[in-house]
Amino acid sequence: MSNNEQNIVSIRNLCFSRGARKIFDGVSLEIPRGKITAIMGPSGTGKTTLLKLIGGQLRPASGQVIFDGSDVHSLSTRELFNLRKKMGMLFQSGALLTDMNVFDNVAFPLREHTRLPEPLIRSLVLIKLQAVGLRGARMLMPNELSGGMARRVALARAIALDPLMIMYDEPFTGQDPISMGVLVHLIKSLNQILGLTSIIVSHDVRETAEIADYIYLLADGKIIAQGAPRELEQSDSAWVQQFLHGYADGPVHFHYSADEYFADLLSGVN
Amino acid sequence: MLNFFTELGSATREAFGKIGRGTFFLLHALSGFGYVGLRPRLLLKQMYSVGVLSFLIISISGLFVGMVLGLQGFYILSDFGAEESLGVMVAASLVRELGPVVSALLFAGRAGSALTAEIGLMKATEQLSGMEMMAVDPVKRIITPRFLAGLICMPLLAALFSAIGVMGGHMIGVGMLGVDDGSFWSQMQSSIDFRHDIINGMIKSLVFGFSATLIALFEGYDCLPTSEGVSRATTRTVVNSAFAVLGLDFILTALMFGD
Ligand SMILES: Nc1ncnc2c1ncn2[C@@H]1O[C@H](COP(=O)(O)OP(=O)(O)O)[C@@H](O)[C@H]1O
Ligand SMILES: [Mg+2]
Repeated sequence: MSNNEQNIVSIRNLCFSRGARKIFDGVSLEIPRGKITAIMGPSGTGKTTLLKLIGGQLRPASGQVIFDGSDVHSLSTRELFNLRKKMGMLFQSGALLTDMNVFDNVAFPLREHTRLPEPLIRSLVLIKLQAVGLRGARMLMPNELSGGMARRVALARAIALDPLMIMYDEPFTGQDPISMGVLVHLIKSLNQILGLTSIIVSHDVRETAEIADYIYLLADGKIIAQGAPRELEQSDSAWVQQFLHGYADGPVHFHYSADEYFADLLSGVN
Repeated sequence: MLNFFTELGSATREAFGKIGRGTFFLLHALSGFGYVGLRPRLLLKQMYSVGVLSFLIISISGLFVGMVLGLQGFYILSDFGAEESLGVMVAASLVRELGPVVSALLFAGRAGSALTAEIGLMKATEQLSGMEMMAVDPVKRIITPRFLAGLICMPLLAALFSAIGVMGGHMIGVGMLGVDDGSFWSQMQSSIDFRHDIINGMIKSLVFGFSATLIALFEGYDCLPTSEGVSRATTRTVVNSAFAVLGLDFILTALMFGD
């Protein structure tokens, strides 16, 4: 299928529930190769869950996730592990291994999956660290890094095995403006230079719109809008406008649904 | 009434679910022996933090328990004019019971709770998920070496506890209360049987080490990945390990020393 060559990930009719709650109810989307695709939506809509479904850490109730031509959820454990070497994931917290220094963290996937001699591993690690600007921080322990630095180390580790695709989970959340700028720049330049495909999951509208080629907006278990950043900007959907501009009230209400206010105050029981 | 049965039902289902998850977890951890065999340094590091770092608490507790046994034993035995048998009494109590049991309880409090908290925090900070996404099995990499370290260290710690306890009993009995040194040791030597006492004590501590380590690791791995979840799991580790050790001790004692 030529579709496979164009899209590194195809998600078809994905359904997933947590307990009684439907997180995804028939989501379909395509991630084109070589591009930066953003998946945006309010907190708790299931963005992280979607990345875990793509990585095969969770199983959907129904639907398919095709990554680079293989159906992620029909693979054996061994095949799944091999597939994961082709995808890097940057967790929200960085997820660095806290008992190893920066160098060993970046070397970890190389030492686990290759039998390269130590001098070669050293060169590879230094190349990756140089790419994120932290070659000089190689001897620091994770607890000595700032949040932005920890994410950059995690990024160096994610590209250690030269994956085809990187998934970023909320890369900008909780960053100061400077590290935010650094990360935006890094994600974009790595995508170009290494010929990667990137998926960014985020609710930081401005930064994400700046680098994304295409955006999917996710809410209530469905894709409710999609398009290039410019197109979405012009969307006439009230929901899209509220999300992109952060209005306090709109289709998404400020108040969680409740009984009528005065009746509630006067009734005296919970 | 209906409520009561509904709750009973869901508690039962939760308990069975946990047993099932625990069994899978154990099998998964056992499947990592090959992985750890290729990386012995992972095991050595855990043996250091689970075993070596428990030396101090085990030694000091062993010393005091032995000293108390020396005192109490002397008071009781001297009523019958049998204080020469103090060595046997101290050694038998330690090797058969107190060594394995008390060191397992201390192990659960010192090493088990630390294991649960460590693994729970690794889960909460997405280190385990992160490993999975790097195509490394976190159970084989993180759990198996800790499990093996617990299995290996527990009998050694129990032996250390008993040995130091005997010295504590000797210090009090022979050093302070004037029991004859020669009969203290010679009676001990002739009455303590290698197979019946020492091997059985070792088997006990192996079983306790297995359960306490498994409980600690499983509670950490299975916990809710929040600060409250980790703290509850740590408490459950200490409580459940204590129950498991004491309950198993009764069963093993009945089986081993019944005849
Ligand atoms: N391990 C879990 N167990 C139960 N519910 C979960 C778990 N992880 C996430 N959820 C729930 O699933 C929903 C989606 O979570 P998530 O994918 O983390 O959202 P997002 O990343 O978009 O903020 C949330 O309502 C969350 O409470
Ligand atoms: Mg999230």
